[in-house]
Amino acid sequence: MTVKDIQSALKATVSSGSEYLDTEITSAFASDMMSEVLAFSRGQSVLITGLCNPQVIRTAEMLDISCIVLIRGKEANEEMIRMAEARNVVILQTRYIMFSACGILYNLGLDGGII
Amino acid sequence: MDVQSSTPGVVLKYVVSPNDFTRAGEASSNVKNILKQMGISPDVIRKVSIAMYEGEINMVIHANGGDITVTITPEKIEMVLRDDGPGIPDVEKAMQAGYSTAPEQVRSLGFGAGMGLPNMKNYTDEMKIDTVLGVGTTVTMSVYIS
Repeated sequence: MTVKDIQSALKATVSSGSEYLDTEITSAFASDMMSEVLAFSRGQSVLITGLCNPQVIRTAEMLDISCIVLIRGKEANEEMIRMAEARNVVILQTRYIMFSACGILYNLGLDGGII
Repeated sequence: MDVQSSTPGVVLKYVVSPNDFTRAGEASSNVKNILKQMGISPDVIRKVSIAMYEGEINMVIHANGGDITVTITPEKIEMVLRDDGPGIPDVEKAMQAGYSTAPEQVRSLGFGAGMGLPNMKNYTDEMKIDTVLGVGTTVTMSVYIS
């Protein structure tokens, strides 16, 4: 699955990294708590979150996550977009709630794993 | 940032600004980039990045910032995070996953889940906490390269 497939499945808009939509995605992590992501993420390449602040981009950077999906209609601010562009991170924005966004992507074959 | 490239290794020094949540993580980001340029293995970089980032966030949340010294030698990467904050009253409790004294507002920023210190310990090979109430805390962490 590519970032573009995720964008299309979640009817998402792209607010950063539109040149990286062909990036291959293998697994995903979903949480609003960044400490949980830092504790339990194991090489997932997508972060699905309703948290919307610059620390989401920093967390993605530390974990080499290439795509962030902002759910529940959250919109990245200028600072987040600037940081994401500088780090080649894609930001997608969708109106789906976390449960639905995860379900849709899981149905399409994306997995997250177990701790 | 201040870089000293004398023996026995590369020394990087950073100041962590107090109460500036937007900039928290800048030092960790810089260290990550330098380690990448030095060709350090991704596994080591990941451990250092996560541990130092959590530490940096802690310094902003709990201690009004502080300073960080990172020393890179062929054997290991050592991070010393020093602050003049309130100190940790009960280190054993603070090390328990899920225990947090962070204010509710910090949780809304995605942290304060009581995972910071446990994460730092899990991702490093050595961790030592020196803390004095009312004086400050120094956390020393090492990740071995080999």
